[in-house]
Amino acid sequence: MKLITAIIKPFKLDDVREALSEIGVQGITVTEVKGFGRQKGHTELYRGAEYVVDFLPKVKLEVAVGADMAEKVTEAIRNAANTGKIGDGKIFVSPIEKVVRIRTGETDAEAL
Amino acid sequence: MRSNYKLAGGLGLALFLLPSLVMAEDTLSAGDTAWMLTSTVLVLMMTIPGLSLFYAGMVRSKNALSVMMQCFAITCLITVLWVLYGYSLAFEDGGATQMWVGGLGKAFMAGVGVDTLSGTIPESVFAMFQLTFAIITPALIVGAFAERMKFSAMMWFMAIWVTVVYAPVCHWVWGGGWLSDMGALDFAGGTVVHINAGVAALVAALVLGKRKGYPGTAMPPHNLMFTVIGAGLLWVGWFGFNAGSELAADGTAGMAMTVTQVATATAALGWMFAEWLSHGKPTTLGVASGAVAGLVAITPASGFVGPMGAIAIGAAAGVLCFLSATKMKRMFGYDDSLDAFGVHAIGGIIGALLTGIFVADSLGGAGLGDGVSMADQFGVQVVAVGATIIYDAIATLIILKIIDAVIGLRVSEDEETEGLDIALHDERAYDI
Repeated sequence: MKLITAIIKPFKLDDVREALSEIGVQGITVTEVKGFGRQKGHTELYRGAEYVVDFLPKVKLEVAVGADMAEKVTEAIRNAANTGKIGDGKIFVSPIEKVVRIRTGETDAEAL
Repeated sequence: MRSNYKLAGGLGLALFLLPSLVMAEDTLSAGDTAWMLTSTVLVLMMTIPGLSLFYAGMVRSKNALSVMMQCFAITCLITVLWVLYGYSLAFEDGGATQMWVGGLGKAFMAGVGVDTLSGTIPESVFAMFQLTFAIITPALIVGAFAERMKFSAMMWFMAIWVTVVYAPVCHWVWGGGWLSDMGALDFAGGTVVHINAGVAALVAALVLGKRKGYPGTAMPPHNLMFTVIGAGLLWVGWFGFNAGSELAADGTAGMAMTVTQVATATAALGWMFAEWLSHGKPTTLGVASGAVAGLVAITPASGFVGPMGAIAIGAAAGVLCFLSATKMKRMFGYDDSLDAFGVHAIGGIIGALLTGIFVADSLGGAGLGDGVSMADQFGVQVVAVGATIIYDAIATLIILKIIDAVIGLRVSEDEETEGLDIALHDERAYDI
């Protein structure tokens, strides 16, 4: 089982969500985050005080899938979230030790 | 306020037409009273919630409630002190001390009953109208020490300051004291309210010191929506402040409304364009701040100048207050957090001085007094401004130093970091 974490541009969330539905992914978790990589921030101005804001708003997506699906999911996210410009984000794939469905107690493959 | 030269002219006419005029002065005017009742609530709205929101939006979210709390508590505290003795000190005849401060003849509102009149309106209404000025003046000072002053120290400071600074200066200008005798023109409070508040603010900012992390750490406004809403409430309420200071529903009030609107709009544009040129983009905080600067500057002039004079005053205030709140503050390094000095003191000084010029009827104003030249009037304005600044600064410094010695003025570093809402009030403004 794999946990796929993707940091993407916020306006791309709908596209990514649709792409994942199309390949059969049934659930995702989304968090609003901020961060920076190579994309420059912006300046804000308040009564003559200029602030350089490095952090940019991003969206973090987390999807847990079976190892066999990981490659497909990664590709789907990448294609949907890509704009070709700096700041598109990154995808991280990490191994999951155990998964439990809270309602029923099912584990691992049955819980995904 | 009816100014001295008008009084002199009126008295001359009165002697001529004595019989009919004696009757007219003592009668209650329903029109005047209705307007003054309305003006009073408009000015109260300027503090709660106008100024409260204007300021609260500009501080960090962890201190949002503390600002609302300070303004609200000041409103309540000053109300009680006013009816106990404040009104009397400001407006009652002081006998031997009449030049400097009123007496205690009207303490506990003695003699002010249902039927007591002050001119053509009930004295109760006059007293309440003046109260709203006595409330907003200390509330303005909050802008200088926001985010770092102890609530208890603030309450003590405001109580003492209104007693020892506001009431006397109010008396000097509007209570028959030495400045009104000298012919100083201050229609609605350039000296009494704005210079008073602004200079006290600077002193407080210097005595309390800079906020932790200022100016290196970013402390942007947490909710400019509130600030702009607050500015709108201030603008609307200010018609009570300026046009209401005529104490009557008449042509002067109408002209005061007109010049208030014109000066405010011009100043807002002035700040906006100055910022656009200086930084490349116009901002909402800029346009709102500019409007407030215009409102401040036109305050002393509102009953004396015409619409074109208002444009000149507004333009000067917009640009100069922009410079003082941005460049000057940075140059000298003081942490006047919400620009109480930069907007109210500087705007008040500009307005008070320009009143002496634009009152001239050649410049569209109400006209200089008989035998009074523009240079004379300007000189008197300078004296009024200077006296207010000096007395205010010294008294404020002494009051702050005493309170600091007894209970301390500033919160601890930890409290300042945690935020005043939690540290001083056990509350959070936002639970999201």
